Formats: sequence, structure tokens, C-alpha cells
Amino acid sequence: MDFARYDSHGFFDELIADGRPRPGFAGFAEFLEGLTVEDLRNRQESAEIAIRAMGITFTVYEDGANIDRAWPFDVLPRVITAQEWSRTAAGLEQRLVALNAFIADVYGDQKIVHDGVFPAELLARSRNFRPECVGIEPPLDVWAHICGSDLVRDADGRFYVLEDNLRVPSGVSYMLENRLVTKRVFPELFRNLDILPVDDYPHRLFDLLASLSPRQGERPTVVVLTPGIYNSAYFEHAFLAQQMGVELAEGSDLVVDHDDSVYLRTIDGLHRVDVIYRRIDDLFLDPEAFNPDSVLGVPGLLRSWRAGKVAIANAPGAGVADDKVVYAYVPDMIRYYLGEEPKLANVPTWVCFDDAQRSHVLANLRDLVVKPANESGGYGIFVGSAASTAEVKACAERIEADPRNYVAQPILRLSTAPTLAGGRLAPRHVDLRPFILSGEDRYVTQGGLTRVALREGSLVVNSSQGGGSKDTWILDPTV
Amino acid sequence: MLLSRVAETVYWAGRYLERAEATARIVKVHTEQFLDLPKEAGSTWAPLLAITGSRDQFDDLYPEPTEEHVLSFLVADPDNRSAMVAALGQARENVRTTRPVFPREAWEHLNALYLRAAETCDDAIPRRRRVAWMDALVADCQRLTGLLVGCMNQDDAYLFLRIGRHVERADMTTRVLDVHAGTLLAQRGDLDTYADMGWMNVLKSLSAYQMYRRRVQARVKGSEVLRFLLQDAQFPRSVEHSLTRISVSLLELTNHDAPMARCAAAQQLVEEAKVRALAFEGLHDYVDELQVRIGAVHDSLGATYFQGAAPAAEPVLASA
Repeated sequence: MDFARYDSHGFFDELIADGRPRPGFAGFAEFLEGLTVEDLRNRQESAEIAIRAMGITFTVYEDGANIDRAWPFDVLPRVITAQEWSRTAAGLEQRLVALNAFIADVYGDQKIVHDGVFPAELLARSRNFRPECVGIEPPLDVWAHICGSDLVRDADGRFYVLEDNLRVPSGVSYMLENRLVTKRVFPELFRNLDILPVDDYPHRLFDLLASLSPRQGERPTVVVLTPGIYNSAYFEHAFLAQQMGVELAEGSDLVVDHDDSVYLRTIDGLHRVDVIYRRIDDLFLDPEAFNPDSVLGVPGLLRSWRAGKVAIANAPGAGVADDKVVYAYVPDMIRYYLGEEPKLANVPTWVCFDDAQRSHVLANLRDLVVKPANESGGYGIFVGSAASTAEVKACAERIEADPRNYVAQPILRLSTAPTLAGGRLAPRHVDLRPFILSGEDRYVTQGGLTRVALREGSLVVNSSQGGGSKDTWILDPTV
Repeated sequence: MLLSRVAETVYWAGRYLERAEATARIVKVHTEQFLDLPKEAGSTWAPLLAITGSRDQFDDLYPEPTEEHVLSFLVADPDNRSAMVAALGQARENVRTTRPVFPREAWEHLNALYLRAAETCDDAIPRRRRVAWMDALVADCQRLTGLLVGCMNQDDAYLFLRIGRHVERADMTTRVLDVHAGTLLAQRGDLDTYADMGWMNVLKSLSAYQMYRRRVQARVKGSEVLRFLLQDAQFPRSVEHSLTRISVSLLELTNHDAPMARCAAAQQLVEEAKVRALAFEGLHDYVDELQVRIGAVHDSLGATYFQGAAPAAEPVLASA
């Protein structure tokens, strides 16, 4: 393997700069240089065999059927230095503290609105604001216990936060599985390099969930609530339940009794539940409180939660801060609630709700990415540079019709990482989703899930749309 | 603690796994037997359909029970839910959806076992490779069973897996008896040598021949074979043994009165079987009744454990 001819075409590359490994990654690069492309292809093949044998899958809905696909994985890990990661992790914790303060505030006194820092109208028109949650004070005053934030690196080489997923963020199981696969494929590297381990996540998650139990002092019953096997993240729900040693429940396994407590239907009768790690969206959680047609949820669940009989993570309503418009205000929230400067930057964001910002957006659509406030999975995104004249016009009309629903950002020059593509080493764009836990303590994963756009030139990293993933190594070069 | 839904899913995983393994054993023995019998013995492939209870479904899909059709149907026909590959696929799906109760290796082994069977299922058709394919499948299933015994908590989920396996096994053993014995009784007369061989094959279908010899130490004859396969307490594929394993497992579960009563009723029928007479007549009716009683155990499990309600407000009557 020779990096001298590796060219990332002006994009910031995670491993290589000017044909040479970046400082801190010499050991890893040296190892790669000792391999031929053929060696790498063999290791990729063994990784794919391992993934099939381990049954690591994700579900896509296609041609009217749910298909279980093998998890797409690139064998070359993405590397980050421990020094950079510890700064980044501090920034992620800071964000989540501020976001939780914001959620508690908007369901409480709404000081941030009264003080003129966050516009009242944005809140009133937020699709994820749940009036049913006003006045609730969940344990520890934490609403978003589990957060998956998406980080990207722009051409300047800095990390930017692209979004904070506070509803039902997924991907952590793949982060853990990627590590297992990589250990099988590159065992020699784990002996020689100081790669920080990631596998303590499930027990950290369990400890966090257990700490929320309304019946302190007793061994809590924790369940993972899944929409069921047809959900695209079902693999992860089952994986986490298994790793934590807790029950994986579907809505029909749970019942709220006359005492407002939640129970599991078991072979021995009803069994009290203390904590629910829900992987179902708010609106499907409880047909009594929200969507009456939902068959996924548990009638009466919200009543039980309001009565303090059961803890739910993330709390219903936490999604109010998971909105691309609200996102634009996170730096202001950090200053407002914590009196600190943000340690991690936001991507510059224009909020179309604001007249001046909207004019700027409409005048520069060609140079911008426009995103709907409440979509995930990369859907509904407009990329100005790739759009036809008709598409630009249609986008402008959508913005004018519903300005609250759109934000715009510059087109980022997403960083690349060396990836095995078409049998050779090539730069492919990557992002990173670390996971942050927040309870009595906070915890940030060592790295996270690196997603990679496997198609040449593509910026779309979603596995449902041709993306793959890589193991992520936090390396300490000082050791 | 075990969710009702999980209990039912695991129970069916146990049944599907046993079904795949038992079918493989039977196909193997039938293939070997077919090669031994002279043409005039009139041996066909239809008994395999009778044993697996799938004759009607087969007739909807195929013109006639030729060797190739029957094998295709039993190994991997996507329209046959009881085909070996389909049964393994169902077991895999059930374990996949209840992964938290299983050790990880068990899931990985079952996943690999299913993929291997599905990918190589063409090898099960030509006679030259068929027996090796069946042997590999049986060995794979046995490895999984061993892995579960060695690595899985012997908890309620494990009990349901075991109950499922033995309900299926008892059911399968009775069907093998019914079908083979049916043909054997019909053949009584000029083809005595082949009748003895037929009883021998009944034993072999259930992997019982060698164990029978060790235990009975006499010529293979109908009444002894029946006694062995119905009543022997030591042979792990006898009906008596399966029912005992079911009731021992039930004993460890709560609310077991109703299903245990059903199980005892089936056991009573087994223990009272008049094997000498049955070897000559009445076996079909007897097996029918036994299957009804095994079915009652299954139904009672559903009513007691799988329906997921609160503990039964009105206790189910304990009489069978």
C-alpha cells in the first residue's frame, strides 16, 4: 500500500495529508503500508463473512417487503487522536447539558422565551412540542438521557455538530459490532496500538436506566420498548436488550393497570416495570394520549409516566430540541443556561423563519443545502449545487409557503477517509455519530459510529441510501 | 421473568428445530431403505409425506410423489412451511426475535446453520450427496442443542424450548409409528422378511436401532419395537421419555396444573398400551387417540402461558 499517490482532491482527509500520514497515526499507516491491496481485499472479505455469520443486519423496506440486509462495512478503520477526542467529548457533554436545560425550561417556566433568547413563535409551531408534557418534572430533571449527535469535519479540519438526535437515535449497536468485526480482522493491530475500548456502553446505559427507577432501593425492571421486527432498527433494539440482560418488549407485552403502573405480561402473570427505554416515537407511544390509531404503543403509558410510576427514556417531549430550527439556537442556549462559550461549533445555519435570513437563503439557494426541520434519514434534503433550475424554483416555493419548516446551511466539504472501493484504496466522505448518556453522570462513547458514503463523490452516508460504516479508533499516540 | 410472547416464540423455535432434525433423520433412513428393498416390495416416497403430515399440501403443488418431487418438497420448497429449510428459517426468525434470552453463540450457530442449509439445499436431492447432507444437518442441530445445554441459563425460556422440542418429538414418533406400521400391517404375509426389515426401519427412522438392540437383546419384532418406542423410559426418543421431559419441565414452571394434567393423560395412554395386540391391529386408532392427547398438551400450554393475560382468573379444570 502506497499513500504517496492517494489523493483526496482537496478534501480534508482523516488519515493522509500530502501523501503522508497525519501526526499521531504513523503506527497505523505503517501497518497499512506493509499490506498489499490484495491483503486488504482478503481482510474485507473475511469481515463480510464475519458479518453474515454474526447475523449483523439492518432492515430496509423495498418492493413492498421488509428485507434483512447484511450490514455494509468498510474494513479500514477511521482514526482520531485521543487528544482531539477529549476536547470534542467535552463539547458534546456541554451541548447535552444545555439541551436538557432547554427542554426542562420549555415545559416549565419558559424563561428563555421570556428573556427573548428563543422566539415564542418557533416554540408554538414546533411539531415536537408536546403540550401534554408541560409541568412534568422527570427524575434528575433530565429529559434527553441518550443523545446521538452527528459530527462532520469541514475543509478546515474542524469538527462541527450537524444535528443532535434526541428522539430515538440509533447506530450504537453497529458501533459495537463494528469493533467486534474489526478485532477479528485486524487482531495484530489491537495488540500493537493503543485503541480505546468501546464495549462498556451497554452497562453504562443499563446503569443510567436503572438510576431512573421510581422505586429506588429495589432491583428495577428495565425494558427496551421496540415497535417490532419490521422496524429498521430492530436489530439494535434486540442487541441492546441482550447486552443489558433486560426484556425486549413490544407494546402488546405491556399493560397499564388501574394503579397507573406499567406491567409486563409474563408466564407468571403481570410483572411491574420501572424503566422503559423506548425506541418508539412520541406519537406512537400511547394511543390514549397521542395517535389513537397506534397499535405499537401502550394505552395509558403517558398517564403512568405523569404519575411518576414509570420512567421513560428519552422522556416524551424531549424531541422538541431535536429540530433543525431549534438546533440553530443551541450556541445561544449554551451561553444562556451555562454562561459558557460553546466548545464545539454549529454548522452556520440560516433560519428561514427570520425574514432577513430567509432573503439571504432565497438569494443564494445554489450555494446552500436546505433541510426540512423534522426529517431524519437524509430525506427531503435539497442540495443547491446539484439541483436543476426547476428544483431550485420548487425549493424556493416550499420555503415561502412554510418558512418555519426550513433551515439552510452552506454546502460542507465533508472530510474523507481511505476506503476500499472497487478493489482499491480511495477517499470516501465520512461523518461520525457519537453517543452521549446523561443521568447523574455523563458519558461519551470513545468515538462513535463512522458512516461512510460508499459511492464515489457521494455525501449521503445513510445505510438506507447506499452508505456503509467503519470502525472508529480513538488512538493515543502519546502512549 | 419471561414474557408470554417470548415463551411462545421460544417454544415454537424448539418445535421447528426438532422438526427439521427429525425430518432429516427420516429422509436419510428412507433413502437407505429404498435402496435395499426389491422393486416388488412396492416401496414409494409417499410415506415421507404421510409422516410429515403434508400429503394434501404436496398434492396441490406436484403431480405425483416421485423421489425428486418429494425431496424438493421436503427440503426447501418455499410453499412448504414444514420443509427442512423453512423450519430452520422459522427457528432462526424466532430466535432472532427473542435474542435476549439466548446466548449469542446460539444465535450465531443457528444463523450459520440456516444459511448453510439454504445455500446447499440442492445437494439434498441427488442420492449421491443426500445422506451426507442429512447427516450434516442432524449434526448441526445436535451441536446447537449441545451449545444450549452448555451455555444457556436453565431458566424458564430454556424450559419452553425443551417442552417445544419434546412435544414435536412425541408427535413425530407417533406419526412414524402410524405410517410405517400401517404399511407393515398391510404387508403381513408373504413378505415376512421384509416386514422384519420394516420394523427395523421404524427403529432406524427414529435413530433407535442400536439402542433397541442394547436394551432388548432379542430379534426385532413388532410388539417389542412398539414397547420400546412408546414406553421405554430410557430411550430419549420414546414417547414416554418425551412426555416425562415435558412434565418434569412443567413442574419447574408456575401455574402448571392444567398442562401437567393433560400430559399425565397422554402418559397414561402410553403406559396402558397393549403392545402385543397393537402390533397386529388397532395401532392406527390408538395413535390417533395418542396424538389427540399430545395436541391437548399443546393447547393447554397456549391457554396457560401464551395468551399473556393476568393469571387465569378461573382455574382451568384439571381433568383431561
